[in-house]
Amino acid sequence: MSESDMAIQGHGGALMEESPYAIPSRKLTIWLFIISDAVTFGAILFAYGYLRVATPDWQAPFKTGSIVNVAIMTFVLITSSLTMLGAVDASKAGDKPKALRFLASTMVLGLVFAGLHIREWFGLFDEGIKLNSGLFGQTFFSITGLHLLHVISGVIALAVVARKYSSGSLTPGHVETTGLYWHFVDLVWMFVVPLVYLTNIAH
Amino acid sequence: MTSAGSSGNVIAKYLPVYFILLAIAAVEIFLAYQDFSTARLVLILLVLAIGSAALGLMYFMHLAREKRSLFLSLIPATIFVLLMMNMIWTDSIRLLHMRPFAH
Repeated sequence: MSESDMAIQGHGGALMEESPYAIPSRKLTIWLFIISDAVTFGAILFAYGYLRVATPDWQAPFKTGSIVNVAIMTFVLITSSLTMLGAVDASKAGDKPKALRFLASTMVLGLVFAGLHIREWFGLFDEGIKLNSGLFGQTFFSITGLHLLHVISGVIALAVVARKYSSGSLTPGHVETTGLYWHFVDLVWMFVVPLVYLTNIAH
Repeated sequence: MTSAGSSGNVIAKYLPVYFILLAIAAVEIFLAYQDFSTARLVLILLVLAIGSAALGLMYFMHLAREKRSLFLSLIPATIFVLLMMNMIWTDSIRLLHMRPFAH
């Protein structure tokens, strides 16, 4: 059989090496993306830390109401990770309706998180804290804005994957890959909350 | 190939991890209102955050179930890169005290 015949028929054979780490290439790719994104967030958080340490009169604007809001946002995001787990497992078990319900729940929780976040932003705008209002504003809105962008992108990705999984053009493996990204977004939030919010409480 | 199991079981299986993550978040918020210096607070919160991240990575992202070689390829290098970023602190403290560069 010629190489072109094998390519046309999709026969892997000796042309294809085994997947490294015994996972599909799409899963390895999303892990590599997660690592690169983690380092990006690490860099931006380190930059924030650098500026905070170097600034003696750092602004600390978060009152109790903001911290309660952050606590609710954290609860919502961690719960969305749990529903994402349910979606991945249901898809692997072949239970498509259940997987789609869990995916929908995850999307709703993601949108609730985004809504609470944007409401918090407008609250800060009313207090005069904006992107161009000093080092705190620049760092805070950069970090939380980047995270919010990841959340919204994740919700869109979940919607696309849910629709295509429902029609059969995507597999449970794709649901799992999207799930890994969603869990990563949750993990980043677990660093943003203590470093950006809890160290800037107004005493 | 799909693995057998119902999502009800997996939710129940990971509920302890879920509650631990919520508890860590609650502890962090509690500690933030205690009378710690900023440096000590950051250190404590970072340790708790790393613990949360480890739980999320190993259980929610199932890294504990993957081959060891995947973990070893991804995590040590990432930790190394993040640790190397700590070189900035001396310059940050120098800036705080407006000290000139070392000659």
